[in-house]
Amino acid sequence: MTKPESVLIIGSGAIVIGQAAEFDYAGTQACKAVREEGVRSILVNSNPATIMTDLDVADAVYLEPLTVPTIERIIARERPDGLLPTLGGQTGLNLAVDLANAGILEKYDVKLLGTPLESIRRAEDRELFNDLLAKIGEPVLESEPCETVEACEAAAERIGLPVVIRPAYTLGGTGGGIAFTPEELRTIATSGLSASPITQVLIERYLGGWKEVEYEVMRDGAGNCVTICNMENLDPMGVHTGDSIVVAPSQTLTDKDYQMLRSAALRIIDELGIEGGCNIQFSMAPRKDVRDWEGDPSEPLPYFVIEVNPRVSRSSALASKATGYPIARVAAKIACGKTLDEIPNAVTQRTTAAFEPALDYCVVKIPRWPFDKFALGDRGLGTQMKATGEVMAIDRTFEGALNKAVRSLEFGRRTLLWEDPAWRDAKAINLSATDTRLWALMAALRRDVPIADLATETGVDPWFLERLQRIVTVERRLLSEPLDGELLLEAKQMGFSDEMVGQLADRLAEHVRELRLQLGMRPVYKMVDTCAAEFDAFTPYFYSTYEQENEATPEPGVSTVVLGSGPIRIGQGIEFDYASVHAAWALQDAGRRAILVNSNPETVSTDFDTSDRLYFEPLDEEAVRNILENEAGETGETPTSIVQFGGQTAVNLAEPLWRAGQGIIGSSAEAIDTAEDRELFERFLQNLGIPQPPGAAVRTLEEGLKTAQTIGYPVLVRPSYVLGGRAMEIVQNPREMVGFLAQAAEAAEGRPILIDKYLEGREVEVDAICDGERVLIPGIMEHIERAGVHSGDSMAVYPPVHLDDEERETICRHTEQIVLGMGAIGLTNIQYVVLPRDASGAPQVYVLEVNPRASRTVPFISKVTGVPMVQLAVRAMCGESLESQGYEGGLWPEKNLVAVKAPVFSMSKLAEVDTYLGPEMKSTGEVMGIDSAYEPALAKALLASDLAVEPGTPVLLSLSDRTKAEALPLVHALHDAGCDLYATEGTGAMLDALGIPSTVVTKVLSGTHPNVVDVIEDGTVRCVLNTPEGRLTGSLRDGFHIRRAAAEKRIPCFTSIDTARAAIETMRGTVTPEVARLDEYVAR
Amino acid sequence: MSSARLVLADGSVFEGRAVGATGSVGGEVVFNTSMTGYQEMLTDPSYAGQLLTLTYPMIGNYGVDTAVEESGKIQPRGLIVREVAPVSSHPRSTSDLATFLAEREVVAIDGVDTRAITRRIRRHGVMLGVITNEPVEEALERVRALPGYDGIDWASQVSTAEQYGWEGFAEKHELRPAMELRANKAVVKPERAPAAGRPKHVVLIDGGVKRNIMRSLVARNCEVTVLPIDANAENVLALKPDGVLWSPGPGDPQVQNAQVEETGKLIGAVPLFGICLGHQVIARALGADTFKLPFGHRGGNHPVRDERTGTVTITAQNHGYAVDPEGLAATAEVSHVNLNDGTVEGLTMRDEPVMTIQYHSEASPGPLDSMGMFDRFVQMMDSAGGRR
Repeated sequence: MTKPESVLIIGSGAIVIGQAAEFDYAGTQACKAVREEGVRSILVNSNPATIMTDLDVADAVYLEPLTVPTIERIIARERPDGLLPTLGGQTGLNLAVDLANAGILEKYDVKLLGTPLESIRRAEDRELFNDLLAKIGEPVLESEPCETVEACEAAAERIGLPVVIRPAYTLGGTGGGIAFTPEELRTIATSGLSASPITQVLIERYLGGWKEVEYEVMRDGAGNCVTICNMENLDPMGVHTGDSIVVAPSQTLTDKDYQMLRSAALRIIDELGIEGGCNIQFSMAPRKDVRDWEGDPSEPLPYFVIEVNPRVSRSSALASKATGYPIARVAAKIACGKTLDEIPNAVTQRTTAAFEPALDYCVVKIPRWPFDKFALGDRGLGTQMKATGEVMAIDRTFEGALNKAVRSLEFGRRTLLWEDPAWRDAKAINLSATDTRLWALMAALRRDVPIADLATETGVDPWFLERLQRIVTVERRLLSEPLDGELLLEAKQMGFSDEMVGQLADRLAEHVRELRLQLGMRPVYKMVDTCAAEFDAFTPYFYSTYEQENEATPEPGVSTVVLGSGPIRIGQGIEFDYASVHAAWALQDAGRRAILVNSNPETVSTDFDTSDRLYFEPLDEEAVRNILENEAGETGETPTSIVQFGGQTAVNLAEPLWRAGQGIIGSSAEAIDTAEDRELFERFLQNLGIPQPPGAAVRTLEEGLKTAQTIGYPVLVRPSYVLGGRAMEIVQNPREMVGFLAQAAEAAEGRPILIDKYLEGREVEVDAICDGERVLIPGIMEHIERAGVHSGDSMAVYPPVHLDDEERETICRHTEQIVLGMGAIGLTNIQYVVLPRDASGAPQVYVLEVNPRASRTVPFISKVTGVPMVQLAVRAMCGESLESQGYEGGLWPEKNLVAVKAPVFSMSKLAEVDTYLGPEMKSTGEVMGIDSAYEPALAKALLASDLAVEPGTPVLLSLSDRTKAEALPLVHALHDAGCDLYATEGTGAMLDALGIPSTVVTKVLSGTHPNVVDVIEDGTVRCVLNTPEGRLTGSLRDGFHIRRAAAEKRIPCFTSIDTARAAIETMRGTVTPEVARLDEYVAR
Repeated sequence: MSSARLVLADGSVFEGRAVGATGSVGGEVVFNTSMTGYQEMLTDPSYAGQLLTLTYPMIGNYGVDTAVEESGKIQPRGLIVREVAPVSSHPRSTSDLATFLAEREVVAIDGVDTRAITRRIRRHGVMLGVITNEPVEEALERVRALPGYDGIDWASQVSTAEQYGWEGFAEKHELRPAMELRANKAVVKPERAPAAGRPKHVVLIDGGVKRNIMRSLVARNCEVTVLPIDANAENVLALKPDGVLWSPGPGDPQVQNAQVEETGKLIGAVPLFGICLGHQVIARALGADTFKLPFGHRGGNHPVRDERTGTVTITAQNHGYAVDPEGLAATAEVSHVNLNDGTVEGLTMRDEPVMTIQYHSEASPGPLDSMGMFDRFVQMMDSAGGRR
């Protein structure tokens, strides 16, 4: 194969459930690998919060919407030889197929690299796939492709219920499910068909309770095949692998089983002719006492091939981190024509990529679900993925890795000891597949429920249950026996934290730690080296364990530890990984050794060549202190840490590290406390004379009611020290207050709850960099949605559109005063609300919130202004002034461009979750639209976030009384644009009065048809404008069904009048958006 | 559980727990990086005289199943692991590893830092050691008193004493048809359909053969007669074989001078296939030399390149010595090399039906990717038969 001269790489767009940070990791590796081969790399991705869209990662970076017309324009401009479609997740793969089907690849003579189009089709189309399996003699699961609900019913009849419904060409199993009854079949088939871009679902025999095993395999153009990793799911078939607890390597497969499936995997990738990486999922018969099946267990165990992903996937990111083998990098090199034996192995530096990793440890992955934010969502797990992220932990035993993984989850402060209070009665323990099943199993074991019963009920292999039982046994010993060295070592080897040991043995965590250190019991760190120590390796990638030999001995030079941000979750996304990665690079540029700590396998930060040393560990106090002490070595001097790039996870470690006498560079623990402690902050602002909405911190309901009474409703209620506006709400009256404070108190975990006057103004946000003397403000962002919508869910515009010079100056002045006054070094994020000027004529700028850390807008602002914010901040923390770095204080000159950041939601995947925008963050990711003017930039942002509305689109209107007046111009605009209008009763009456024709549809679901849900489901309307009144009122409940129906139908649903205005005003775009490289926009 | 320790010849001591039988055993300490297949490895005769360290930390997870054994007994002198799994689970498991080790009287140690042991061996080469419950000083004396591994003819110790036909043997010992054979049949497409009609007769010279070699041959319509290692060329040829397979086995090929000489007489007389020790013996018969590798190749992930096609295959390996191609007869050539260290992994002869591989095409444990070598052997016998 001849080497291409230039390659287009399609990224995966916004972070959504089923497609998270792993594709930034994959794409970044791919761009680097392609460049190493001397091939020009051209990248397109709409997600600004990624490392891959940094200007120095690819040769040409396009931050443009991922649509066929846009990519065609890029192809026409760049004329790449090849297209690499397998590194941008399902999004990238689907776009490649669309581009091919539209004849664009042929028109511009672009070759599809890595995986032939035919292979993609054969892997993704179940009928073709089953033919392929049959051809190579692999067992085919009884299944039928169906294109109508009736066909689904007929197929289910033939196969027999229960059946699995899998939509074709979707990610994360969107729209699929398991149907046990004819009713469920109809419901799921309907949603599955609408989720599939080709309106096809597969009705398949259900193998509930069978083992689920995955293989990651690679193949080069010469036909050489290797397996990188196999993985076994703790959760049996029936739970999406992205929602399963996964262990690598497999634990309960014999060598015969392992090799049988491995050989099958290699035959499949070979038959598909994939050149690159591929993920293959198998289902294998379990023990007969767990689930009975026909056949003889002394024969080779029956298995089925469940699914093939002909691309780099979430599992391949996990496999890369679990083994140290850089799958995406090797896949990209293969796509450029290299064979496996021609690609050097970066780990050993002398062998090649043609080998199979050998693990000498156990890896456990646990998904991170968003149910701390969506407590009312459907927590059941099935074929549709619901997790937003995941954590991984490594140890020499399963128990150790499991406990460490749970500690990494940061789901409240939940360890494996957590129990739902309802489980006190063993009968109340819910063992069905939900996000809490692991804890439920532990609870059942603690109540002596027999393992055999648990295995039969859940399908979880007894091996895992026996291992959990061993943890329970140690718990019991800790509860009843004196805590001696032997027992403590056993607990530590099983991954118990000092805190867990203390909780059981009735001691303070700090006392357990002291005892442990007295006994000389410190963790050692072992290397992840791909080869089980067979070769000398150079991967600076370590995990802790309690054993003999420590391999991570301190190295010369000044080291600084960057604390990462843990699993991707709502409110703490990939932006913080972006910042952590840049922090590590900046430290290296400053001549320091950068040490990274993180627990998230999907990220660039956990790539072993991002930092000088990577510790794959939980981000809790114990793990971080152990690492700091390990880095101290003989001299006893521990390295300093940076806490401001890892989101709230890292910031929360500031205080414990400070208490433990560990040094932090950048804003001190005191400065952080000033920003986060309500009373300190209030006094601080008062001293500076900067206004903030009146409010107070309260601890009881009485205090809360009194405060609200004093400052006047509506008020904003939220716990302090939480992220993403979790449990935050606008409360209109005392009755709502009573209901809401109870929820907020739980999320606050004993810390005070904040009550503020709700000011409904224009929300503005800045990020500032300070070296202790000067404050640089790279840019001001104005939100499209008014205050009250969480900043993470707001669209934000750079530079601001509606602020005058005086307001800008006021914002900059306040920012400088606050940052310098707090003594913040490095980055600070401040949110303001700007109210219309009062009689005095002075700007009305109130401070809403100060975050003494890198915010989620850092990558966005860095990219559009060209100011390397993290770099400047880190160098400032290391003692270099902004001036010495070539920057002055004040507001950075505004660029001659407009950039709009838009949130992206994953609501179709989270059943029963309300989608309306409010103070609690709900989005999972973001996109950016950039252009030379506001209108086209906004149009691009809307297009990239699937909120664009075309003229003539039929719209359903259901407006609250408060917003009706404001909505009038929008209604007129829709009418003028030829949109057929449908309205609920009240809204319809208003339209009638105005003389605007509309069809009234009832919102009473139990009454006549068609109702609001019908018109959404049957496609009569293709856009919804629904403005709810408030969380705790009837209108919110009424609108819930409308919003859910819209989410499931995947049509735009506007709940903020401001977002709707943006979309409607852009509808009849007069300017054609440009297509240009990011650096071209920025250079203007 | 009682304590035990591993003491190495360099004086390093690893404290752990005694598992299986108690007592002291000594041998050459080696490591294998396979993540599965502990029972196959424990019954592989090539581990005779050695203490086997398994680098995967949790060993015994899927219990034991006698159907997967590769010989009639436990072969290594002792077993060194991080953890003998306290729990096991598999549809075919009949017992757990701890019980199995006790029943078979295997001295084993767990709770030791096997990664530290592996790193020591990698840096300093394989060395002698003992697993013991004795004090360190006595243990060290015991290590010093051990005879060197290299000078001993281990292969003769594990070879069959008597000639036997495999099928009768398997029947007599009630070796239930190994499931891996059927798995192999299902997954490995023979390169071409085995010749119908008369089965091929393969004489197997046993220097420590694994049962999956016989099973793989039977699956390809061969009848197998197993001969002791000291069989001379006349004995072999008298059986009128269609081909001879020289088996894998333990120890230094330098001590097999007599076998090298007898094997030389077979070259050209009968199609010849050598695996591992067999490869080394045939190489010596072709004029090459052998040498000891610093810490051997033991695992299921070794990449081997076929020099004729350029394709790379992942192979199962278990050897402590390698062939130095210097001095190899001009009629022979290196057909396969190891991608990691460039050592010889296979030989062929240009004009004679002779092929050898250093790795284990029979897998068990390990990848099945080289099963096709048995097809090639059958093919070689077919063409040679046509010529004769």
